[in-house]
Amino acid sequence: MEQLSQLILAFIVFLSLYLLGSSSLTGCIKIVALQGMCLGLLPLTIHAGGFHPRALLLASGMFILKGMVIPRILMYAIREVKIRREVGPMVGYTPSLLLGAALIGVSFVLAERLPVPPGLRTSLLIPVSLSTVMMGMLMMISRIKAVTQVIGYLVFENGIYLFGLAISYEIPWLIEMGVLLDVFVAVFVMGIVINHIARAFDSISTEKLTRLSD
Amino acid sequence: MPIYLLLVGIPVLIGLAALAISSDERRPWILPFGFTVHAAAVSACWKSLPPAAASGWFYIDQLDLVVLSLSSALFVICSIYCLEYLRLRKDRHNRLFTACLSFILAAVTLVCVSRHMGLLWVGMEAATLAAAPLVHFNHNERSLEATWKYLMMGSLGIGLALLGTFFLALSALPYQGPGDPLVIDTLLSRAGTLSVPWLKGAFIFLLVGYGTKMGLAPLHSWKPDTYGEAPGVAGVILAGVVTSTAFLGILRAFQVCAAAGLADFARDLLVLMGLLSIATAAAFIIGQRDFKRMLAYSSVEHMGILALGVGLGPAGSSAALLHLINNGLTKGVLFLAAGNIHRAFGGKTMDHARGALRRAPISATLFLLGFVAITGSPPFAPFVSEFSILRAAVNGGRLGVAIGFVALLAVIFIGMATTVLSVVYGVPPDKESKQAARGDSPLLVAAPMAFMAGVVFLGLWLPGWLTSVLGDAARLLNGSQP
Repeated sequence: MEQLSQLILAFIVFLSLYLLGSSSLTGCIKIVALQGMCLGLLPLTIHAGGFHPRALLLASGMFILKGMVIPRILMYAIREVKIRREVGPMVGYTPSLLLGAALIGVSFVLAERLPVPPGLRTSLLIPVSLSTVMMGMLMMISRIKAVTQVIGYLVFENGIYLFGLAISYEIPWLIEMGVLLDVFVAVFVMGIVINHIARAFDSISTEKLTRLSD
Repeated sequence: MPIYLLLVGIPVLIGLAALAISSDERRPWILPFGFTVHAAAVSACWKSLPPAAASGWFYIDQLDLVVLSLSSALFVICSIYCLEYLRLRKDRHNRLFTACLSFILAAVTLVCVSRHMGLLWVGMEAATLAAAPLVHFNHNERSLEATWKYLMMGSLGIGLALLGTFFLALSALPYQGPGDPLVIDTLLSRAGTLSVPWLKGAFIFLLVGYGTKMGLAPLHSWKPDTYGEAPGVAGVILAGVVTSTAFLGILRAFQVCAAAGLADFARDLLVLMGLLSIATAAAFIIGQRDFKRMLAYSSVEHMGILALGVGLGPAGSSAALLHLINNGLTKGVLFLAAGNIHRAFGGKTMDHARGALRRAPISATLFLLGFVAITGSPPFAPFVSEFSILRAAVNGGRLGVAIGFVALLAVIFIGMATTVLSVVYGVPPDKESKQAARGDSPLLVAAPMAFMAGVVFLGLWLPGWLTSVLGDAARLLNGSQP
């Protein structure tokens, strides 16, 4: 089991990196769906206690919401838009990838300095979650298309969720469900706004959103 | 338990009822009645604090009581303004607007009554999301842009706050024993055993995360756009209620840090963020031609004052809590009056709106009085709290902080005066404007007048019960057990 969770964690980092270097919008949505599915599998493998009914509940909730429902909302949001590619991100793809690699390094150094939470099977969880958080933030700020910004937000959320896994036995399931529900509603609202942007500007570039300034 | 259920349940029911009612004309009428029932339930808590419920998950202490009462009062008065405002805005359906207004109150109440940091986060996120349709009420390209920026920054902030919440739980590991490690009372009672690196990280992330929602610099960038494009009522709710609730989240984190002996670390960060916010506001308020954006920067300033006050220790904390109330009331005057002036001229920059005194005399007078009050002039309420914060700085030997504070306030006064005086006293741009002069109708000025009455009242006389509650809350905050 330990090897399996390490493998999944490594795959999650790989997917985040892949997202940083990818320009196709639908491709990005598919990758982030895959990442959500991987996250859904983790609660089953990560804890020393092993299989647990609550873990199953959380895993399935995660799998369905982040792996299937949310990507579908995003697909729906960009269906009307003709452009399928991210054009001219503020940070190019190669620099993004290099930055991503640097962020992974930074998170391993940071995680070294923090005390390891007890009861965890793998020490990989904290650095992986930190690097996923940072890569998600990088995507949020460096991309121009509204959809890629939302995908960045999803990656960011996934990283935070990984963090939550470290303490998932300490946090009551009610809170976890609340967090999941909130993320779902957030993406839902963002999807609606993307739709409005697409209709108002005939594009989903946030480049057009530059009227308000001092 | 029933009282907590009632407090959160009433606004949820109002929201659902608003969704169910099909007439745009009748729908807004349920707001004042519903919110008044909520306010009555809140005032019942003033007589005696209800006992904790659900193994310590729900409880109202003095700190919650201050924020909850302020929110409830602002909602009641704003709902009266909404009656007339939504009648004037027949061009837009108000179903989502009224429902989301109620849901914000429900979420804010949840934040106030919950003692669990996770549940508090859920409430804060719900409030953030429920406010998005309010920002987008005008449904034009500008409000769309504002909504997008609001959603992106808000989600980022709220995500960082969640990370901070997880850090807080990690600091309490390994955890054995009754209750839940994220219940504040559990954290407080075990404060000595919390892991210091994780706790420090938790405070930083919670400060940055909830600070984004509050609009502390340098995380304020969404604020001018959002407040500039949102209707006046949404401005009051965001600047007076949502920001105060986010501040409550930071205060909870501070409370745990203070109990764990990290008070100095947390205070330094708060003073730094506070002064930075006031300085940023000063820089952007100078030469601001759009008076709604000016109010947004004023909000940044006052959030900075709140953080600064708490950072100055117990005396500053009780002054900051008083300032929370004063800021909420004064923002009520300013945003509603600004909304009236905006409507009277059909524009919100100094090029469109000049000489409001002729076109909407009562609103213009209220706007002027609100400006005098918010910049901290006697005899209005913000003067009392700002002066107390200044005194706390001087008594605490932080002369540099005190001098910087006063200097920045003076700069902000001058900056705001330029804009406000031109809007109020200037010569109206053209006599025959397309927009009919409808700035001052009785219901539209009654609400800001009610806020102004509160500002004057608290400026002249602080009731004993209020000071005692504020004192208790400040003591709780700075490390004495309930």
